[in-house]
Formats: sequence, C-alpha cells, structure tokens
Amino acid sequence: MSPTFAPDVKARELIAFRIGQQEFCINIMAVREIRGWTVATALPHAPDYLRGVINLRGAVLPIIDLALRLGLPSSDPTARNVIIVAQIKQQQIGLLVDAVSDILTLNDEHIQPTPDVASDLVKTFVRGLLPVEGRMISLLALDHVLPDHVLETA
Amino acid sequence: MDPMEEIRQTFFQECEEQLGELETGLLNMQAGNQSADTVNAVFRAVHSIKGGAGIFGLDELVKFAHTFETTLDSVRCGRMVATSGVMLILLRAADVLADLVHAARENTTLKPEQTKSLIEEFTKLNIEPTETSSPLANVSVTQTSLLVPLHPHNWKITFCPHPELYVKANEPALLLRDLRRLGEVEVVLDTSRLPELHQMDPDGAYLSWTILLQSECDEASVRDVFEFVEGDCDLNIMAMIVEADNPEEPPEFFDGFEFFVSNNVELPPALAASEKPEIIVKIDNLTTKPDPTATATIRVDLERVDRMIDLVGELVINEAMLSQRVLEAGIVRASGVAVALEELEHLTREIQDSVMAIRAQPVRSVFQRMPRLVREVAAQTGKQVRLLTEGESTEVDKTVIERIADPLTHMIRNAIDHGLETPEVRQASGKPVEGTVRLAALHRSGRIVVEVADDGAGINRNRVKAKAIENHLINADATLSDEEIDNLIFMPGFSTASTVTDISGRGVGMDVVRRSVQALGGRITISSRPGLGSTFTLSLPLTLAVLDGMVVNAAAHTLIVPLGAILETLQPRAQDVHPLDRQMSVLSLRGGYVPMLDVALALGYRSEAIDPTKSVALLVECEGGSQSVLLFDTIQGQRQVVIKSLEANYRAVPGIAAATVMGDGRVALILDVDSIVSTSRLELPRVEMMCAADTLMEAS
Repeated sequence: MSPTFAPDVKARELIAFRIGQQEFCINIMAVREIRGWTVATALPHAPDYLRGVINLRGAVLPIIDLALRLGLPSSDPTARNVIIVAQIKQQQIGLLVDAVSDILTLNDEHIQPTPDVASDLVKTFVRGLLPVEGRMISLLALDHVLPDHVLETA
Repeated sequence: MDPMEEIRQTFFQECEEQLGELETGLLNMQAGNQSADTVNAVFRAVHSIKGGAGIFGLDELVKFAHTFETTLDSVRCGRMVATSGVMLILLRAADVLADLVHAARENTTLKPEQTKSLIEEFTKLNIEPTETSSPLANVSVTQTSLLVPLHPHNWKITFCPHPELYVKANEPALLLRDLRRLGEVEVVLDTSRLPELHQMDPDGAYLSWTILLQSECDEASVRDVFEFVEGDCDLNIMAMIVEADNPEEPPEFFDGFEFFVSNNVELPPALAASEKPEIIVKIDNLTTKPDPTATATIRVDLERVDRMIDLVGELVINEAMLSQRVLEAGIVRASGVAVALEELEHLTREIQDSVMAIRAQPVRSVFQRMPRLVREVAAQTGKQVRLLTEGESTEVDKTVIERIADPLTHMIRNAIDHGLETPEVRQASGKPVEGTVRLAALHRSGRIVVEVADDGAGINRNRVKAKAIENHLINADATLSDEEIDNLIFMPGFSTASTVTDISGRGVGMDVVRRSVQALGGRITISSRPGLGSTFTLSLPLTLAVLDGMVVNAAAHTLIVPLGAILETLQPRAQDVHPLDRQMSVLSLRGGYVPMLDVALALGYRSEAIDPTKSVALLVECEGGSQSVLLFDTIQGQRQVVIKSLEANYRAVPGIAAATVMGDGRVALILDVDSIVSTSRLELPRVEMMCAADTLMEAS
C-alpha cells in the first residue's frame, strides 16, 4: 500500500447521544447497532442501573441504564428511548440512552482532559471533554461502564 | 492460527480416529476375526500415524509405530500367528501408541521404560521362530538395532520422481533422509535431464537419484520409504550382495555421474524446502483406501455450528411471532397467508432438527476408550473381565458425549472393582471365572439411556446399611426399602470398600458420578439382585442446547424450572404448612417435613413471602438427594427451551442457571434449583448470628 494514502491516524469518528440535558459520545467502532427500546427481563441480585436482559437475535444482551450508571436522574424507558449495542472487549452490551444526537469526526487534540475538580464518578466514566459548536460532549470510558468493573474495584 | 499448527491439530484429530480404528480392529482380531481386511485396517491405522508423525518430526512416535508396524506386518504376511499372547501384546502396544500420541500432542515425552518393555517384547516376538517362519521372515529394524543381522545387503536404488510427486507435495529430501535411517547411504544426483533454464518448466521434474544403501534391512523396508510416492516415480530397488570382508570398495556404478554427494545429503534449497500443508491430505488419501460404505465427511468448527443453532433457534421464535401477528391482524386460518405460514413453520422445525443433528455423534468415541480401561483395571485387581458393548452407534450431542466419559469411567471401574468377584469366589459360586461388564446405549423417549451392568455379587445391602449407619448417613433404626438401601451408595461420603484401593473407593465415588450426571440434566438409577449383579442406568438428554422445563410465574416474572429436578407438583393445604420462624416454613409431606422456599422472595422480586396455600408448589430434588418445596404464583406448563448463556455478555447470576428466549421474543430466566436452595439455606445461619451479636452487645 502506498504511504501517501495512509489516513490520519488520529482522526476518529464518534457517536454522540443524549441523556437528559447532557451529551456523551463513544467511539463509533465500538457500536454494533442501534435499536429501539424493548422490555427487558429483570435479573435478580443485579445493580439498579442494570435494566435486565433482552434477546438480540438469539443472544442474551444485558441493558445498562446509562443515566443511572452515571448518577443522573432517570425515568422509566419508553418506546422513544434508544439502545446502543456496543462491543466491549469480548462482551456485547446494550446502553439505554434518550436519543442519538450526532456523529462527529475529531482529532485527538480536540479532546480536553476532565477537570480535576470533577467528582470521582465523573472521573471514572468520563475520559475527556469535547467542545463541539458551543456544546460540551463528554467522551465516555466505555470499558468502565461494564458492571464487572465495579466488582473488580470494589 | 499458525497454518502449521492447524495442520498439526488436524493430524492429532486424525490420530484419534486412527487409534479408534486400531482398537476396534485389534478387538476384532482378538475375537477371532483375523481376516486380511481386519489385519490390514489395523496395519493401516498404525502406518498412517507413523507417516504423519514423521512429517512433524515426532521421532519417539515414529520409532515406536515402526516397531509396532513391523510386528503387524509379520502377522499380515502370515509369518507370525496372532495367538492370544500376541494379541495381548498388540493391545498393550495400542495403548502405548495412544499414550505417545497424547504425549506428542501435549509436547511432552513418555518415560522410556513405558515403550521399552514393549519394544523388547516385539523383538522377542519377531525373533522367536514360529512354525511358518523362515530366517528371512525376521523383519529387521536397523534403526532401533533390535534384530540380529542375517544377510548383509547392499541396495542400489534408482529413484526418478515424476512431476506428480511434487504436485502432491512430496519431498525427495525427506525420502532420502528416511533412507539414511536404514543405514549408510551414498547418494548420487543425476542432472543429465536438466534442460537449459529458458526451456525449464517450473512444474517439471528433471532430477533423479541413485542411492547406494548399505544396510541389513530387507527390500520391504526400503520400499516402505517410498510407499507414499510409489505411483509417482520410477523406482528400482536392486539387491547387491557385497563381500562381507570388503564393504568399503566403491561400487563401479558411481563412475560417470557428474555429482557425487556422499552420505551428507545436500539438496537444492527449492527441493529441501519445508513440508507443505498438502502432505497431510495426501497421506490420508494414500493410506486409507476409500471404503465404499463410508460416507464423506467434513470437519467444521464447532463454533460455526453453534452459531447456526442459535440463528435457527431465533428463526423458530421469529416464525412464532409472525404467526401470532398474522392471527392478531384478523387473517383467517384458511387464507393463503396462514397456509404459507404453516408450511414455513414445518420448514423451520425441520431445519432446527437437522441442525441439531449436526452436533449429534455416535457414543462410539467414548465406548472405544473403555476396553483399555477394563484391561487396566482387570490387571490391577487380578480379575478376569470381558467387556460387552452394545448400541455404539447411538447418537447424542457432542457435549453430552464429552461429559459422560468421566462418569462412565468411574462406573466401569466401580463395576469391576466392587461389583465383580475374584475368579476364585466366582468359581466357588458356580459362575464363569470370567466376569462380564456390559455397556449399552439406546434411545428411549427422547433421551439417551446408558447402562453399565455387571454379573457380580450385587449390592450387599446389609453391609451398605451398616456402613451408612456407621457414617451417620441414616439413623440406626431407620427402616429402608431395598431400593432405598441401594440408593444409599450415591450419598456423599459413602464408600463400602473396606480397604481403599488404588482404583476406586475413596468415598468420592458414586455421589460424584451422580452429581455430574445431574449437572447434565440426567438421572442415574441402580437396580441390583444379590448374587446376579447390579445395573446402573443413566438417562440423559440428547442435547445440552435445549432443556425440558416447567414454565412458572413468580411475582409477574416468567421463570423456567428444569424438569429433571422436579419430582412432583403440589397444592399446599393450610394444615400441612408449619412455620418454623419468621421466614421459614416447612410442609409436612407423607410423614416428613420439607423446607419451603418462595422463589420470588429469594430472587428479590418481592419483599413479602407468598401465602403457601395460594401458591403452586414444586417438590424438587437437589444435590445430594435432599428435597425442597419451591413456591410459585402459577404454572404455565411444560416446554422445551433453548439454553442461552448469561455469562457470554454478562456474568453468572446466583440462583439462575441460564436464560432462554420465549415465543414472544422476551428473555426468560432458567432457575438453578441447587443454587437457589443452597443460598437460601446459607442465609439463615447468618440471621441467627446477627441476633446473637445483638444480644452480646446488649449484654456488654
């Protein structure tokens, strides 16, 4: 392959979504599909942010209510809510959000570090901040969203 | 995966098949069928293993296989009579060969003494003159220097490969190297047919070799080296009798060749290139002659099959949902749409069955391991045992097969060690000296049934009962039926063997067997007749991918209870319910008290326990044979469900075994009966301890 055609390695595509009044984003490469809300089957002994499991073409997909996970106010999901199916390492997981808002193409230098004054919760889940057209979008640390992460650190 | 590693894996898979054939063939021979076909099949199996092992440089394996093969060849050519003594050595050799293959697979080596004793026995066999043998019949194996040289020979070999030889990825360098193992070689390369570079066909074959081999081997051993390429080359093997006292004299035929490469075989790099993948395929084709009755098979990654099973399961659910929607839309049953849908339903069911059948395999692979086990245990215990197997072609899911091997092994050990009597005792009681263990598999009402039966003494009920009382498993005054006594042997910590033997009897015996069988969704039962023997019967599901379950409701949640765990369904009456404390109640059932457990409460679906008289109760049996009553709101009915893993995308959930997808597309959870009963029991002492701590604090 000719080196002149090598893409800018730092450019990345992100998918942005809304939870309440806030906007977050994750790397689009981690997203497998986006689907509407379907009723989940609750799991016993599960943390509150785990809405349960749904059937994704024969696979059992756990659904994480991102609002609850991030310590934000949450309401019961309706048909308007969206599930982002994301691949985290070997696992597939559904992220319950309010709506998908944007697809962004950004370079790494656009990402600003999370301010030190932020709470531990924010520091755990937010990798950095992105200023986009006057909005502030938080880049999520996707692998920290998994329920097992809490277990390991607890 | 590294392509070479992949080929290696294929080789070992094929080795397993060959070892199976070998065992079957040898047992056939032992049973008296010594037809040429059988002996050839046995020979071919060993030969294929040797050929493949050579490619991977597994010298130990090659060496042993070669010695084995030599002996088999003597049998094949009628130079040796396969007496029962010889058969025993051959069977043991097959065991050692299997060990060598496994060692090679794990990249370990066996202790030399493991192979040495057999090699010595082979040597003895080969030297011992049988009535049909002539001096020449003693096949010499120079590489292991086992046999006495008889006629020092020199061989002149002319070897001229055809282009096909290279197309089939054979390698003259390897053949020449093999020849070197037989003795001293002098190799002369003949390049006279090599054209000018511009005329050369890259796929052509222009080189030939003349090899002078000084070796005491016979012609067959030389021919063996070229066995795989015989059709693809001109090969001429000529014996040259050399004066014994003057072997060094250079033979005349070397004059006139352009190159003279002595002993150290050097080859152009292109020819010496490493082994090519096709080799394996070739060996397979050349050594296993196509059996007209055998059907063609392909190897498929298990993951792909599983993915397909998943997708087909999903198709079935989708189809059901579609039918539901069509009905809801008010389309009449007689309409074209409904009829087409019905056909679709049949099709999807059929696809599901066919896909499930892909995973099914005959139990033969497990049964084939047992003769060896029987031989070993029989030798250890000094008993004479005959193993009869039936229904080897009964098919069952691959995972089931893999997981019944251990319980079966244990049961057969037990049958020989504890079931069968010693030859003296048998003779005294008028039985044949040789004991029989029967291993049989059959399909019965959608399940596979495996029986292990012995014609031994049967269960000594008095001793079993005494032992159970001694181990505090039952009360001394307990009155038990014969069946109940027999089933005591499945209790944890029970062992009747008065002396703990090497083979079995560590007290972890039958309860472990029962637990692993139950983990598979199966049941194990025993029937025994004093003096006539015992029969253990395993009943297992045909596949682990689906489960027969009872669909129940617990506080608006749908749950599946594995049918295998359920003993009966009950409707508790108020007078039978006795509260033990604030949380626990017991149900009096046929004179005993069984603990009750509200599943919805245990899973946190509700905070107040259900009134048992308004619930539906399932009497379940747990690990170790204890019984519990599980309470639910309603029962929907029985259903076969496809098991889906929760761990794949989440993690194990206490009290839940797995998940499944219901007809409406929603996920339902499958209850883990053992886990939910044991966790609810663990919680109780904790409550008591907390109360105790409170009292202490008040006291201080």
